Amino acid sequence: MEAVTVAAEAREQLRASFSSGRTRPAAWRAAQLRGLLRMAAEMEAEICAALRADLAKPRTESYVHEISLVTSSCKFALKNLEKWMKPEKLRLSLMAFLKHLLAVDPVIGAIAAGNAVVLKPSEIAPATSTLLADLLPRYVDSSCIKVVEGGIPETTALLEQKWDKIFYTGNSKVGRIVMSFAAKHLTPVVLELGGKCPVVVDSNVDLHVTAKRIAAGKWGCNNGQACISPDYIITTKSFAPKMLDSLRKVLDKFYGKDPLRSADLSRIVNSNHFNRLKALMDEEMVSDKIVFGGQSDEQQLKIAPTLLLDAPLDSAIMKEEIFGPLLPIITVDKIHESFALINSMTKPLAAYLFSKDSKLKHLFERNVSAGGMIFNDTGIHLTNQHLPFGGVGESGMGAYHGTFSFDSFAHRKAVLDRSFLGEAKARYPPYTLGKLKILKGVLKGNPLAMVQAALGCTGGA
Amino acid sequence: MGSVSAPEEMALGFGGLVGDLTEVYESGRTRDLEWRLSQLRGLVRLLEEKEEDIFDVLREDLGKHRGESFRDEVGVLKKSVVDKLQNLKNWAAPEKATQAHTPLVAFPATALVVPEPLGVVLIFSCWNLPLGLALEPLSGALAAGNAVVVKPSELAPSTSAFLAANLPKYLDAKAVKVVEGGAEVGEKLMEHRWDKVLFTGSSRVGSLIMTKAAKHLTPVALELGSKCPCIVDWLDSNRDSQSTLKRFFTKPEYMARILNEKHFKRLSDLLADKRVAASVVHGGHFNPKTLSVEPTLLLNPPLDSDIMTEEIFGPLLPIITVKKIEDSIRFLKSKPKPLAIYAFTRNEKLKSRIIEETSSGSVTFNDAIVQYGLDSIPFGGVGHSGFGQYHGKYSFDMFSHKKAVLKRSFLIEFMFRYPPWDDSKIGMLRRVYRFDYISLFFALIGLRR
Repeated sequence: MEAVTVAAEAREQLRASFSSGRTRPAAWRAAQLRGLLRMAAEMEAEICAALRADLAKPRTESYVHEISLVTSSCKFALKNLEKWMKPEKLRLSLMAFLKHLLAVDPVIGAIAAGNAVVLKPSEIAPATSTLLADLLPRYVDSSCIKVVEGGIPETTALLEQKWDKIFYTGNSKVGRIVMSFAAKHLTPVVLELGGKCPVVVDSNVDLHVTAKRIAAGKWGCNNGQACISPDYIITTKSFAPKMLDSLRKVLDKFYGKDPLRSADLSRIVNSNHFNRLKALMDEEMVSDKIVFGGQSDEQQLKIAPTLLLDAPLDSAIMKEEIFGPLLPIITVDKIHESFALINSMTKPLAAYLFSKDSKLKHLFERNVSAGGMIFNDTGIHLTNQHLPFGGVGESGMGAYHGTFSFDSFAHRKAVLDRSFLGEAKARYPPYTLGKLKILKGVLKGNPLAMVQAALGCTGGA
Repeated sequence: MGSVSAPEEMALGFGGLVGDLTEVYESGRTRDLEWRLSQLRGLVRLLEEKEEDIFDVLREDLGKHRGESFRDEVGVLKKSVVDKLQNLKNWAAPEKATQAHTPLVAFPATALVVPEPLGVVLIFSCWNLPLGLALEPLSGALAAGNAVVVKPSELAPSTSAFLAANLPKYLDAKAVKVVEGGAEVGEKLMEHRWDKVLFTGSSRVGSLIMTKAAKHLTPVALELGSKCPCIVDWLDSNRDSQSTLKRFFTKPEYMARILNEKHFKRLSDLLADKRVAASVVHGGHFNPKTLSVEPTLLLNPPLDSDIMTEEIFGPLLPIITVKKIEDSIRFLKSKPKPLAIYAFTRNEKLKSRIIEETSSGSVTFNDAIVQYGLDSIPFGGVGHSGFGQYHGKYSFDMFSHKKAVLKRSFLIEFMFRYPPWDDSKIGMLRRVYRFDYISLFFALIGLRR
């Protein structure tokens, strides 16, 4: 079937199911969430296998970043569903767009809010996409939740339809395209984009802990291919050698002497991205800045954890989002200079600061704008269901996770129920000076005016 | 100068304006709570000291009576700004997120949601409430600590000139600018990157604004309005609607006139359709000289006529009758989602069916328009009537970014967070995510795998 027909049919079917009111009862929503939970539990091995096929992702990483997150999100939504639904929040039907792997997370919010959903998994991870298309209909109501697979033509066909909300995770170039399609139908969008997430390292830190936490966030999560991966480090000139040394030790311990052979390191998702990353390393003004790593294996699509010292700020590696295992370290004379450096770039999805100096932390919180911020760790704000997760500026708009996922897919309808009593004549024409006086009194909270209004006085001519 | 002479900046494409505001924002001065409060106080002073001038410009633009002007513009606004003054400190404070659900791998940690200003924002207002639709969002944007450009509607020229002349006097003229002009000015403004744009107006222009915003990934809020239906289930015998109209509008000056000739012609064209003209049961008189249109009631005009498919935005009110009042719900569901649904009824079951089964920005029972004046409920559309909500705290939220902040210490570290991976680490992580800490403890000391 042609992409356009598929998209139009999917939308029509969902519209019909949604209009029938089937997605609204709490029982339906809870049943779908339980379906997702069962899927995560029963299909863990299949999911891990798909992720291994797409990214050579280690099983532990798959468990921590994908399965456990989906599970805890579902449980959290199930637990809070009644509470969220209570003060009339309304539902839209929508399409969610996912670039990344098993980020079924937004779908959980969409279901909890009572929507019908089309999920378009990223074509860049084909095994995961196929698995989702195969599994989801077995575990959730397929008349209301559909998976449409495909690349650019399928995506475009979907975008041409009118949706009630579009959720996209990916890069800012496609984010712009999604938003301009949405503008035609006045569809609100949530865009989860990336950006260069900075890590500022002060010299007073516990060095070994810092290095481990940076390494876990960078290479221990998709080998740097995640939107919240640390993108570059800023530290002082004098501290940089110590930082480097410590990172080297940690990397040796994590991935051994030959990281290309380590089963604990994900590979690059495809050859396009492999070549892109190679080009970043091979740029003339950059290649001699590599101080650790740099090995790659085109056959396996593997690139080793790579550290670069003081790559020029106008090089591609410092201008584009890296989205891979390369980590430049930029040095400054005083740690405070890092603020200006970060603010000279576009706003990132996350900003990290390692420091024991509470004054510096305060300044960082106040002066650095980012989707989210962590002190003394990386990436883990993702796991907290009570924190909104989303970008600002170039890193996107709208937030999700936990309660915020629900809100993101619900319309808060204002409902005002008045009785027929309590008519204040002062509201109505013909308008007089007396009525104006009473109105002024009421809006100021003047008790006499309130009594006058309640009694239906008009205040004379 | 807070206001910018349009021709001059137009030629320069507003690059200077945006640059200046960005510089002011980046200097950090708009972030200070004291600055924000002083701006809100400035707005209150403006409303108090210039009340007479405001009544005058609203009369010039719309022939609005001062009573209506006070009720819908000055009075509501002042109440809302005072409410912001009283609550701002709480709104702007970081909010502690519950710790309970951060898994042990990230223990101990403090989680906060910190509202921060977005930066430099742009507000397009509309001519029908030319003051309120500019100043209510402006108060929200200032409360949230942004630098702001207001582009008042050129269709209410006196109010636009009033804002351009007075906002700089009462507010920080370096951080708040008024740009006057029409569509071409709006278009030029949209060439730039803003941190948020709020637009109030038609869906056609709304769509254009969003398309332009997409280039810069600028988040937008659109307040679009639409055909707002009013369901009447029941009327008191002494409150028959025709006599009510007669009682209200005894003299022409009690009613606002039509904005301009274009809109006057648009409204008279709605009645040009013979089938529609035949359905007029009250009023129907148009006076082109004074641009006034009599309150007009129509009974069952054809559903495919323009008056039933386009937003009316004027004093014509069609009444559609249905056999059973419950049929009205099916009728509403067949139409695009409106900004508001009104229903006059005492039937509780009908009320809950309306809430449950229809979708709209808001639902008001047994009254009309009053929801606009409340600070406690959000005002904004859904579907065809737009998106993004404001009023009260929602105005503050509209112009804030909620930054997630997680604070960790260096102290507690768990080795099972890190590679190289093995089965026992996975086992421990499973326990962590199940919050099964007792069995985790046994696993850690090696008594269980």
